[in-house]
Amino acid sequence: MSKARTSPVRSAAAHAILITYTVVALFPVLVIIINSFKERRAIFRSPLSLPNAESFSLIGYDTVLAQGDFLLYFQNSLIVTVMSITGVLLFGAMAAFALAEYRFRGNPLMALYLALGIMIPIRLGTVAILQMMVAGGLVNTLTALILVYTAQGLPLAIFILSEFMKQVSDDLKNAGRMDGLSEYRIFFRLVLPLVRPAMATVAVFTMIPIWNDLWFPLILAPAESTKTITLGAQVFIGQFVTNWNAVLAALSLAILPVLILYLIFSRQLIRGITSGAVK
Amino acid sequence: MGSLRLENIRKSFGKVEVLKGIDLEVKDGEFVIFVGPSGCGKSTLLRVIAGLEDATSGNVLIDGEAVDHVPPAKRGIAMVFQSYALYPHLNVRDNMGLGLKQAGRPKAEIGERVAVASKMLGLDKYLDRRPAELSGGQRQRVAIGRAIVRSPKLFLFDEPLSNLDAALRVNTRLEIAKLHRELSATMIYVTHDQVEAMTLADRIAILNEGRIEQVGTPMELYNRPANLFVAGFIGSPKMNFIPAATLRDGGASTVGIRPEHITVDAQEGRWKGTVLHAEHLGADTILYLDTEQAGFLTVRLFGEHRFGTDDVLYATPQPERIYRFDDDGKAIA
Ligand SMILES: Nc1ncnc2c1ncn2[C@@H]1O[C@H](COP(=O)(O)OP(=O)(O)OP(=O)(O)O)[C@@H](O)[C@H]1O
Ligand SMILES: [Mg+2]
Repeated sequence: MSKARTSPVRSAAAHAILITYTVVALFPVLVIIINSFKERRAIFRSPLSLPNAESFSLIGYDTVLAQGDFLLYFQNSLIVTVMSITGVLLFGAMAAFALAEYRFRGNPLMALYLALGIMIPIRLGTVAILQMMVAGGLVNTLTALILVYTAQGLPLAIFILSEFMKQVSDDLKNAGRMDGLSEYRIFFRLVLPLVRPAMATVAVFTMIPIWNDLWFPLILAPAESTKTITLGAQVFIGQFVTNWNAVLAALSLAILPVLILYLIFSRQLIRGITSGAVK
Repeated sequence: MGSLRLENIRKSFGKVEVLKGIDLEVKDGEFVIFVGPSGCGKSTLLRVIAGLEDATSGNVLIDGEAVDHVPPAKRGIAMVFQSYALYPHLNVRDNMGLGLKQAGRPKAEIGERVAVASKMLGLDKYLDRRPAELSGGQRQRVAIGRAIVRSPKLFLFDEPLSNLDAALRVNTRLEIAKLHRELSATMIYVTHDQVEAMTLADRIAILNEGRIEQVGTPMELYNRPANLFVAGFIGSPKMNFIPAATLRDGGASTVGIRPEHITVDAQEGRWKGTVLHAEHLGADTILYLDTEQAGFLTVRLFGEHRFGTDDVLYATPQPERIYRFDDDGKAIA
């Protein structure tokens, strides 16, 4: 192996850069979590200090949890995110398989059309989407959000997955056909398990924007019963007074589910991201 | 049970025509090998026979019945792939049994057939392993086992040995020959290794650029090549081709003589030349000569010889072993 790769100076430099980036990325999150455990005055007096015996307070969490609807918001967010990811992965993988596996007229055009969405932000179509949802009677339903997020996630999913699926051995698929497996069995049993790392990558990249989104919940589903957690946390931000304890506590809690989902996917994710490089 | 007939098979990918009208008849129980240079369409033809690819035109008949609209699994064909193509999530037993299971056969029968096949191939000990836990040779045997278990009318092999090392290749080659004798099944086998082709085949079909150049038994192809391509393809080292004009041979365009059909002598002979390079292989000695009358020649001598670089020699072709080809490369009888 080349010496350059293992030279201590280089690896120290690489680690320094990575650690710096990690600190920069985690700092805001950490500040939010720290301050969510402090009382209001302490938050403003010294936002960077850790909570001590005097400043420690759970008032934020009390407020949030006492606000009865908070669990519902949580549940809404989870439903929307999980359903959307499921939709994106299922339909994205199916479309990707069709594009990667079958020769039909217009295949390249179709691929281009489906990939176009990567470059065009879905928010540009908000007005039309709202009109559609009104016409379909879907305003203030979670279904509206799930549909929009599935559409939003599909282009990138199809793009990434079809590249991976092209690499699955033709012989393997053909062996399945010789043994009489249906195209669905070939897709679900042979191809999908082999592109699992790519699926995890897509899942994580789709999940985070959906969980964090404020725009579509505000426009399509602002009703009390369909609020998502990001939108729900806004109730503590008032025009005149903002309940910072509650806002910070709500945000801290909101991190948890994404973190858990991420941990579930992360092992596969790392393999997916590095699979191109290490081979 | 297991004859195959190909009628004018053509296959195009977009504008590129890969198979340009293939006609072939394979009798029941025959072992036919397709050889040809890389990219000549061997695998494509095999996939068309298997039904994994639709021919652009032409018919495939198995046992006299057109199967053009029959799906691969229903054609009574089993195929062994170059890359093994074992199912990574199933153990050896299930890999071999999946085809039968899909066909809805009873469990007992599947178990019995898998047992027979695994015994034949010496896979008994590995039945519960996943493909990832097997060596290359074992994987290839599982792939062959998967084909045997289905007791097909027709076996298709696509370069099954090309991923194995030399020693293993010889062993597996013998195993396939034995298999053919025991099962007396019809087999079609693709390779670009001519030793494999010559040793296994009842008949060889030589493909070039999507056409069959010649079909025949190994010795027919060796002794009576139909054209320049076949003459150059069969035999190693390659046949020497000499422009007829340099030999003042009227009526032919090219003259061919195999390296093993040339004798050399230090004193006298037809063509005088110097040795450019000598390869001593023990059983054979290969000489590369630069001759005054016939240009560059490869000569294969049997046994050990003491010739070395820059020696002056006289080479003489065996007259009854000289091949002559016309302007189109066709052999002149
Ligand atoms: N799916 C495809 N789309 C377009 N062209 C193809 C496709 N499959 C094969 N070809 C072309 O058809 C030709 C024949 O391919 P094929 O795989 O049959 O060759 P082969 O004789 O098996 O070669 P090798 O000995 O290297 O395996 C090649 O030129 C190849 O580029
Ligand atoms: Mg091939």
